Order: sequence, then structure tokens, then C-alpha cells
Amino acid sequence: MEKFTTHTGVAVPLRRSNVDTDQIIPAHWLKKVTRDGFEDGLFEAWRKDPEFVLNRPVYADATVLVAGPDFGTGSSREHAVWALQNFGFKVVVSPRFADIFRGNSGKSGLLAAQVDDKVVQRLWDHLDANPGATVSLDLVNRTVRAGDGPDAIEDSFTIDDYTRWRLLEGLDDVGITLSHADDIEAYETSRPSYKPVTL
Amino acid sequence: MGKTLAEKVWDEHVVRSHEGEPDLLYIDLHLIHEVTSPQAFDGLRLAGRPVRRPDLTIATEDHNIPTTDLDKPIADIVSRTQVETLRRNCEEFGVRLHPMGDIDQGIVHVVGPQLGLTQPGMTIVCGDSHTATHGAFGSIAFGIGTSEVEHVLATQSLSQARPKMMAVEVVGDLPAGSTAKDLILALITQETTGGGQGYIVEYRGDAIRALSMEARMTICNMSIEWGAKAGLIAPDQVTYDYLEGRPSAPTGDDWDAAVAHWDSLVTDDDAEFDKVITIDASTITPFVTWGTNPGQGVPLSGNVPDPVSFEDDNERIAAENALTYMGLTAGTPMKDIKVDTVFIGSCTNGRIEDLRVAAALMEGHTVAPDTRILVVPGSVRVRLQAEQEGLDVIFKDAGAEWRGAGCSMCLGMNPDQLMVGERAASTSNRNFEGRQGKGGRTHLVSPDVAVATGILGHLAGPADLAQLEKAGA
Repeated sequence: MEKFTTHTGVAVPLRRSNVDTDQIIPAHWLKKVTRDGFEDGLFEAWRKDPEFVLNRPVYADATVLVAGPDFGTGSSREHAVWALQNFGFKVVVSPRFADIFRGNSGKSGLLAAQVDDKVVQRLWDHLDANPGATVSLDLVNRTVRAGDGPDAIEDSFTIDDYTRWRLLEGLDDVGITLSHADDIEAYETSRPSYKPVTL
Repeated sequence: MGKTLAEKVWDEHVVRSHEGEPDLLYIDLHLIHEVTSPQAFDGLRLAGRPVRRPDLTIATEDHNIPTTDLDKPIADIVSRTQVETLRRNCEEFGVRLHPMGDIDQGIVHVVGPQLGLTQPGMTIVCGDSHTATHGAFGSIAFGIGTSEVEHVLATQSLSQARPKMMAVEVVGDLPAGSTAKDLILALITQETTGGGQGYIVEYRGDAIRALSMEARMTICNMSIEWGAKAGLIAPDQVTYDYLEGRPSAPTGDDWDAAVAHWDSLVTDDDAEFDKVITIDASTITPFVTWGTNPGQGVPLSGNVPDPVSFEDDNERIAAENALTYMGLTAGTPMKDIKVDTVFIGSCTNGRIEDLRVAAALMEGHTVAPDTRILVVPGSVRVRLQAEQEGLDVIFKDAGAEWRGAGCSMCLGMNPDQLMVGERAASTSNRNFEGRQGKGGRTHLVSPDVAVATGILGHLAGPADLAQLEKAGA
């Protein structure tokens, strides 16, 4: 996983709440057996509408998505995170993320930055007034910034300490856990005999 | 201070706990299916890692499986490749697999309990968000992404921050004619899709105790639809009666030791929940969704709501979008909504009890002329049991389609899909835009409502069916 410290990129205002994983990547895309090639499936149904925000040329190279609350609800499909990443997104900003989506983001290196409702509203207004404007995320200081001068938006975002550390270091979770293999072995010796086995 | 049920189960599985880190939890059972596992096995191969505990891992094929022409290879080549990839991976890594054609094939959340692999006090994960189904036995069960699937395959453990604890106190008794599905749909509307976020919820109260194991599974299954990490119910005699004698249930001394431990898996009287919510079961009537997320529901006797009635801006906009997508007008009585397709099945309502209820209601009726009913059993064993009881004959005589086992139209990864604009009453768990087929419109319902709807051709409940019978008699 690549290290993540700071990022500045063109931000897309997605004025929707409850953006579920079936919208992010519809089920028929889930038949693929790779982690790449999902970019064309991202928001597939909505992108059929020429007016959909992501279809505007100004957002062709967008890397930050600013969405309403309850982003990523529904299925456990990590393909939703891969689709966002395959398209080019590095960050999703939302007032509230579904638990599994947030977990999957952390594992795959997509920053899920949780901010106050009002911050999303201000970012939306700023981005609508300045299409193609950038938003900056600083994972070291957990801040989000956009705009200049007196109207500049600067606020903090929430991410748990452990995920932040792993993203900053670009660490592989399996590798970390395998360094505790002794603890796992010790635990296994104490498991009751009545626990079921499949073989 | 005492502990909640979930805290007890959690604490029993902590391999490693360290300040500033999530707990490392041991995983008792890892369920696998073809959709969320290929990239995980690839990861193992790349790193040269084995599956640490194939004996705590089991796979089945469910999401892509066709429900017709079961004797032929899967026609969709991409689906077939995915299923074949699972077969190769299970072979290579020594994982037990119940493939298409096997008597124990079926939806992963139907198969686990059916085999007796799902037991109280376990930690169970699967790359599928409806894994909370297994919480009905008093286990902590939750859905994980593919990176976590790889992590569990490699280490039989998972790093997890300890969630907060919530109690859902179900007071009163569920009235006759109301089901577990109506209860959970009403709860999700009460709490919205994000209400359970960050919590493991324990469903409690006499109304829960009165439910069968399969009805409890329906409740826990939909925990994710209001955002909860997991949902569970304390084990009791109902649980033990369901489990005893199943292929993987403990026997002899092991059974006694297990039950002795399971008896301790209750929330202590002096335990404290971070949050307690209450729902009155006695007020629950048949409940259906009108919108495009499971929190957009109303009683079947109600009307399509007016978006302006939502104070919250996001909810109001979501309601406007939903009505447009669903092709509905505010104020329309729900029962006036005509339905093209009825889907009875899924990990929510595809078990034998669901099919028994459906058959009992359908018997002697005929499916409405412009409506079709698909009945898709949750597993091969459910199908065989239903056929032994003659339920398939009742369905077919009424004009419903009797299919093979799998996830089917719940998410339309197989050929069972809605067409653009087609409207369904579905016993599944999600009414998201396009979930059951591009442009398809879904109303989530109980099996009872599904049958009445299929017979009458519009959203309807068992009471409406009874009236029809009276009028006919």
C-alpha cells in the first residue's frame, strides 16, 4: 500500500446522501476476479445521465469526492473502494460512512475523511461556485482545506488513530498480524474442543 | 460491572489487546463465496501464504448461480469464470466447497446454520454484509471486505476496534398477521440506515424470545440495513433445539460442555449498554418500503409519503429522488401500487419456514394475470425439504415458478433480474436503485405480503387475501 500523507486534488460535489454500494459499483461488475478495471462501472447508472456531476469535463481528473451522509451503505463489496480508486479518487469526504466501507477504504489506501455536516455543505457551495477547485487533505494534522482569503474553508476531519498510522506508513495489515503469530498460536491451544470444524 | 452478551463473546476471542490498537480477534468460522474471495486468494498466492486454518473455513457458490437449467454449465461466461476460480482456489488451498449440484450448496447464510456450523458464542465472518444473520445464535457475525477475507485466510484473525453496545428492547407481543420481517423493516425506518452505525446490537425482549430460530435469523440478517456492525440474540432452548443433531453440532460430552457454556451467554443484569432503544412490537402491522433505501418504509395500510414532510434536507432530497426513481406519487395508498414480479427467497426469507408460510397462503389461489411469482429456496436442502412436504406443488398449481437455490433476484448477479421500470415486491433485504436489475423498482416485504401481492396483483397483505376468500365463498 502506498503511503498517504497529504493530498490536494480537484474535488467533485456529490450532493447525495445514502450513496449505497450498489450505486458506487453495480453487482454485475462484481463478477470480475481482479482488483482493477472497475473505473467504468463507478456510478454506472448515474453516469448514463449527461447532467450527472462526474460527467462534466472539469471533473475528468478529480481525485476528491465530497458526498452527503451515510456514504457506502449496503454491501461489503470492497469493489466499491477499488472502483473509486481505479477512477482516480484518493479521498472521499462525508459526514458519515458505513462501517464496512470505511474499513475497506483503510485497507486499500483510500482516505475516508469524516467531517461535520456543515463542512460538507460549505465545500459543496464552494465547489459549485468554483467548478474544478481543489480540496486539500492533510492526514498528519487531520485537516481539510479549500479556497483562499476570508472565505477559505479550514476544518478538521476524523479518522481513527490506527488507520491513520497505517495509511501514513503504508503498512500491510496481514504482515502486521503475522508478526503476532505466537499470540495466535497460544490462543489456539486454549480453544474448546466443542467448537465446530469444517474438515 | 457485568458484561453484555456481545462483550462476553468479544472478550473470549481477543488474541491480543494493546493500547492504541484495535483488538486482534480470533475467528471461529470463515464463510466464503465466489464473489468476494478471488482477489483474496490472489493476495495469498502473491505473498506465498497458505490458508492458516482450512478446517475453520467453508465455501459455497451462491451469488452467480442460475436457478434454472441447473444441469447445464453456467451460460454467462463471466459468472462461470468466477465460479470456476473459486473451485480452483478451494482445490489449491484445501478449502471445503459445496459447489453447484452438491446437496449442501446454497446461500452461504442458509448453509452455515443448516449444517450446524453456526453455534452460540462464536465469531463468524464472511465477505458478505448479511453475515449478521448468524448472530441469531448468539454469535458475533459480521461482513468483511476482500482485504479482510485475505487477512482471515492468512491469519484466522482480524483486527477490529471494539464497537459500542446497543440494546434493542422489543416490548409487547407481535400481533397475529405480523412477522419478524415487518418488525425489522419498521425498526429500520424508525432508526434510518445510519442509526446502528458503530454498534453491535442485541435484540431483546419477550417478542424476540417468542420467535423461531429462522425468524430470529431474519431479524439479525437486516442489522446491516440500519448500519449496525452486527446484531445478535442470546441463545436459549429454541437455539439448542434447532442445533441439536445437525451434522456439525457437538455430540455427547462435547454437547453438554457446549450447552453449559452457552447458558452463560446472556447479558448480565448489571451490564450497561452505550445506547438503548425501544420498539413496541404490539403496534407492528405489515410493513413495506416505498423508496430506494431500506429506511424508507411505511405500514402497508399507509400512503406514499410526501417529501416535504421530511424536515431534514438530506432526507427530503432523498425522498424526492426515490419517488422519481420508483415512479410513485406522494399520497398514493401503498395498496394501490401494482406489482409485476414477486420474489420469495434470499438469505433474509428463503428458509423452509418462509416457504411453508408462503405455501399455506398461496394454496387454492392463482397468481394475478399480469404478475409473476418466483420462489427461490435458500439452499438445495431447503428445496428438497419443501418438495418432500409438497410445497412445490402448491406453488406450481398457483402459477408460481419453483426454482433452484441461490441468491438469485436479491441482487441479480444471475439471470434473475428485473427489467427497466419493472416493479417487484421482494422478500429480500435491499431496495437500492438497480439492485434487482437495471431500472428495476423494489418494495421490500415479508413472505406473507409477497404472496398476497402476487395473488392480488398489487401490494396487499394476508388480511386482503382473507377478504378475497370471504367474497369468493
